[in-house]
Amino acid sequence: MLAFVLRRLVQAVIVMLAVAFIAFMLFQYVGDPVTNLLGQDATPAQREQLRADLGLDKPFPLQFARFVGNALQGEFGMSLRQGRKVSALFAERFPATLELSLVAAVLALLLGIPMGVYAALRRGSFTAQVLMTLSLLGVSLPTFLIGILLILVFAVLLQWLPSFGRGELVDIGGWTTGFFSMDGWKHLVLPAITLAVFQLTLIMRLVRAEMLEVLRTDFIRFARARGLPDRVVYFGHALKNTLVPVITITGLQLGSLIAFSIITEQVFQWPGMGLLFIQAVTFADIPVMAAYLCVIALVFVSINLVVDLLYFVVDPRLRAELAGKAH
Amino acid sequence: MTQALLEVKNLRVEFPSRHGTVLALDDISFSIQPGEILGVVGESGAGKSLTGAAIIGLLDPPGRVAAGEIRFEGRRIDNLSYEEMRKLRGRHIGAIFQDPLTSLNPLYTVGRQLTETIRTHLPLSAAQARERAIALLQETGISAAAQRFDQYPHQFSGGMRQRVVIALALAANPKLIVADEPTTALDVSVQAQIISLLKRLCKEHGAAVMLITHDMGVIAETCDRVAVMYAGRVAEIGPVQAMIHAPAHPYTVGLMGAIPAMNEDRESLLQIDGAMPRLNAIPSGCAFNPRCPHVMPRCRNERPELLGAGPTRAACWLHDASGAT
Amino acid sequence: MSGALTRFLDGDVWHCFKRSPLAMASALVAFICVFCAAFAGLVAPHNPTDLASLELADALVPPAWLPEGQAKYLLGTDAQGRDILSALMYGTRISLLVGMASVLVSMVVGVGLGLVAGFVGGRTDAFIMRVCDVMLSFPAILVALLVDGVGRALFPTAHDTLAFVVLIVAISLTGWVQYARTVRGSTLVERNKEYVLAARVIGVTPLRIMRRHVLPNVLGPVTVLATIQVASAILIEATLSFLGVGMPVTSPSLGTLIRVGNDFLLSGEWWITIFPGAVLVMIALSVNLLGDWLRDALNPRLR
Repeated sequence: MLAFVLRRLVQAVIVMLAVAFIAFMLFQYVGDPVTNLLGQDATPAQREQLRADLGLDKPFPLQFARFVGNALQGEFGMSLRQGRKVSALFAERFPATLELSLVAAVLALLLGIPMGVYAALRRGSFTAQVLMTLSLLGVSLPTFLIGILLILVFAVLLQWLPSFGRGELVDIGGWTTGFFSMDGWKHLVLPAITLAVFQLTLIMRLVRAEMLEVLRTDFIRFARARGLPDRVVYFGHALKNTLVPVITITGLQLGSLIAFSIITEQVFQWPGMGLLFIQAVTFADIPVMAAYLCVIALVFVSINLVVDLLYFVVDPRLRAELAGKAH
Repeated sequence: MTQALLEVKNLRVEFPSRHGTVLALDDISFSIQPGEILGVVGESGAGKSLTGAAIIGLLDPPGRVAAGEIRFEGRRIDNLSYEEMRKLRGRHIGAIFQDPLTSLNPLYTVGRQLTETIRTHLPLSAAQARERAIALLQETGISAAAQRFDQYPHQFSGGMRQRVVIALALAANPKLIVADEPTTALDVSVQAQIISLLKRLCKEHGAAVMLITHDMGVIAETCDRVAVMYAGRVAEIGPVQAMIHAPAHPYTVGLMGAIPAMNEDRESLLQIDGAMPRLNAIPSGCAFNPRCPHVMPRCRNERPELLGAGPTRAACWLHDASGAT
Repeated sequence: MSGALTRFLDGDVWHCFKRSPLAMASALVAFICVFCAAFAGLVAPHNPTDLASLELADALVPPAWLPEGQAKYLLGTDAQGRDILSALMYGTRISLLVGMASVLVSMVVGVGLGLVAGFVGGRTDAFIMRVCDVMLSFPAILVALLVDGVGRALFPTAHDTLAFVVLIVAISLTGWVQYARTVRGSTLVERNKEYVLAARVIGVTPLRIMRRHVLPNVLGPVTVLATIQVASAILIEATLSFLGVGMPVTSPSLGTLIRVGNDFLLSGEWWITIFPGAVLVMIALSVNLLGDWLRDALNPRLR
């Protein structure tokens, strides 16, 4: 067990190093690293000083090491566009993205799983077919369009909900949250729904497909042959076996939540890290891009690790397999 | 004469498909007495498993019973609703499938699957069900049953898993067990153990068995009577010894002849020429007629009923008492 | 060739197609869109790219069925007097071009890498698979955004004309992994078969083996993948354009049109953004439907 965790940690570190390498290449060679670190308003004297300090004539591995060392401390230089430290910008915007992603993820799971189960159990029924068609629509509607439509209907035509920003926020020790005010929640609704739709669709289709697969297995047939009631067969045996792969794939999908939050934040002008990234790409703000890459990689790698461990906890076969190998 | 436990009369099972309707079982009739072991033997595709599936009401759609009756303890069961049939399953009619690896839910402990089945059919408390489950495991020859109770299926070997499956099938004391190729997926060395276990337990619990297999050796060891199936029809049915030593239907003769004997010296194995026809290309008249060494003109036109042929009954015009050809 | 055609028409796939109204409808819609896009020059009522033909007086005209609409501009006009319907057709052309080109590139790259990984095996295989794993854990949009951003940084001045190429590179980088994995799996299966071993012994080159035996086997899944990926490629391009990092306004794709129109949403001129949006959804939906149907039709287990 320990060996497994260690191995995965090592893999994670390797991936992070690879990503850091790409970020480093961006930082050093696309645009000017001195400008990246000092901002565009630095004087020539400051630049020379930094160039000497950085030892830009020093060998490549040393420069890479310096970059990684800085990165580990959260030092990514200055945003070219905003003239502020990247780390400060990130810290400011992280709560916004996190809260949005959290609400969207919960929404997607709470709705997606039951819908998928229903679509599998009542396969062929009218409701199930409607659900499947809607899911196809969900996959074909790009996230930004969903956002635009929601804005059109709820903000412009009906004027029920606001269409941009986070609304009233409460500051708790540096963490700005919108959870504690009605206004904050109102501002969360449309973006969260927009972000959740794609996830929801995927989860629903996944659950349905997995459930249909499971329902065809021999052990389900045997369970029926033993006279077990439908309720037990479906929600005891079938559901449990369905959720194992679903949990893990959903966990991996959390990564895409972060990606789609970029789009959602743009549509709703939600002041999160995604919006920051988009602005960075538009302005070729390399330090922000490099930093975002590293942070996102860290998030993904951590999620993957947690998901792998979760798989372990849920599937007894894996536990035994590794216990067996340990002997 | 005691009432038959299971009676199958003129059963027809068909599969409607895009290319037309395929008749998978054509006019099958046989019966099983209480406590007896009936073997159902035949090649792959002859319809053995389908017969078993039809009896327990788990035909895979689009398959369906098109005609005929299945009676259990005198009562018709082929036209019951799913829920009514479910009440019979496990409690009165049990089933064992071929692959023990895939028959058990890998995420549930063996004990859980047992107690769940027991408590579905019998009004026992959790503790009582657990006791009964452990007793069943012991009966099926699993040592250290109390510890094994909390283990997962992957922690058992193939033979042990099949023992668990047998325990599950017997959990609610059904009167009939449909065993579909219970030993085919097991090592040869384990097969004999499992078969004798099945035979012993069923005799002890007073359960009848419909043993579906393609292995004549298993039939010879275990069964009281045997039905030979060919192309969705019953070719011959009768007591096991008679079938082996005095087969009446030419197909059965061919089957028995194809089994090499230990005391024979042969250079090549005997076989029946040709192959069993596909279900959508069954010849008219007797299905076996293209391959039969004793074929008569009548065989190509009229399909024979099961006719008395000494100790067995065979669907063959050779045994028509009237002697018509 | 005619033999193959007859076989196809007799086969299961065509039969399933004839029986599925949904598949036929989606194919029809997709065909119409492709047709309009391909022959936009002939079919479109106006030419939105010809700046001289624009009349500023006709700016922001609503669709023809609304009170202030004009029959000349069926779906209305934008802020510069461009006919929306024509802009749609030209925009569709660009969206489709980028989408299909990206899928083609990722298919070639992915199938190629998959063949190599499966056939050569060993460390090459392990390396390629690792790369696949890592890339799969990053969502497509992110990868595309990154590549696009790097492209912008590298070529700051020439960007508008290079946008097309950068976009295609960015999107294809997101899609190749699926092909690689599928093809690698099939290659591994075939490679271990005895006839391949025999062929190698008598000197048949690996390339020929792969071409004759592996490729036909993977054609089915690869086709399904390609169809579904066309839809997703079009959507990714639209998203990138909407975010402002895709096709520029000078040669707008549907996504760009939506972005431009978005600014007018709050002031009530909804048609500038909604119609491109509707066409985008129609294309994506019909291609997705086709892909879904194709997957079910080619899956023997579901029949």
